[in-house]
Amino acid sequence: MTTVATTTKAVSIEIGGMSIAVRTHDSSFRQLIEHRYAGFVGNSPSPHFEFDIDLYEPSESAPADDELEVKIEDGQWLLKRGDFRARWNPDLKHGQIRQSRSPYAIDCVLRIVHSLILARQGGFLVHAASAIRGGKAFLFSGVSGAGKTTISRLAPRGATLLTDEISYVRRDGNQYVACGTPFAGELARVGENQSAPLSVLFLLEKGLQNKIEPVGTAEAVRRLLRNVLFFADDPQLVELVFQAACEFVSVVPIRRLIFFPDERVWDIIA
Amino acid sequence: MAEKYIARSSAIAARQLGDEMMVMSTADSTFFTLNEVASTIWQAADGCTPLSEIVAGKICQQFDVDWARAQDDAERFVDELSRHGILLLSDQPLTESPVPVSR
Repeated sequence: MTTVATTTKAVSIEIGGMSIAVRTHDSSFRQLIEHRYAGFVGNSPSPHFEFDIDLYEPSESAPADDELEVKIEDGQWLLKRGDFRARWNPDLKHGQIRQSRSPYAIDCVLRIVHSLILARQGGFLVHAASAIRGGKAFLFSGVSGAGKTTISRLAPRGATLLTDEISYVRRDGNQYVACGTPFAGELARVGENQSAPLSVLFLLEKGLQNKIEPVGTAEAVRRLLRNVLFFADDPQLVELVFQAACEFVSVVPIRRLIFFPDERVWDIIA
Repeated sequence: MAEKYIARSSAIAARQLGDEMMVMSTADSTFFTLNEVASTIWQAADGCTPLSEIVAGKICQQFDVDWARAQDDAERFVDELSRHGILLLSDQPLTESPVPVSR
């Protein structure tokens, strides 16, 4: 009798300087992950966190739009949606995911885990496009339809698009840094794996002319909180995210950007 | 008229930035911005000072307003915040320690 040895090989996905290794027996799924997160796949021998992935067949799962549940029990985060179940212990730096073959499942898990990691560090994921120009990063925040993808499409040559949908904001000493992510929006384009100090966060509004207006502190915090990715109604987490938003607003200029959708808007941005 | 006692709930996150006091419920993420008068009441909500004394001693003196009207406004304000769990409201002194205010 021949014994077939199966091996698991980890794929290390590095976003914002944080490496998460995912391990699976299934070689075709591993190739799918490597392809999906190309540009963010690294070779870190010591990832910050590790996940073991177990796949199940579609018949075992409910649709991906089943309601997402995220909660913490005894120091372990439990994540559940129709297409996946995951457990993650941040102190042990390890977790397990049981999911369908859909890449949207691992996408969702990664977003949740990164948002929880960032919350502990004073950073956050936010519904915003972001780009680097002249060595500085600019964020363009807004809900669906506000113009994130439009402003991304209008970016001039020489601007590096970090994302058109979900921006990664990390605290770095007394400043904030925006990092590229593989989480694509309507542009369906993975962002560049680069980062830069954050210069301004713009709150997007479409209009008939291009102009930049000041934003009051309270409105800035309120609008930012509305756009921060937030998955769990855990009081400690709410406190962390709230304080992170307040701290961010006290450091990074927040402006309202009213723009007419053509490339001239970038003349007033940077 | 029965006295009212107010105390800041522990189920909130609060921060003063400049002149603005922002408060968020950690239970339902409701967000409030308090103006100067509301912020004064909020900071005085120690659980053992009656609302009427807060109004008379801090609001009327600092803002030069009529007590009856200030008391009426203050009661509506604390009623609303207590509905969202931001403030604890009672007709007896409250023993829960008030949450310190972050600056």
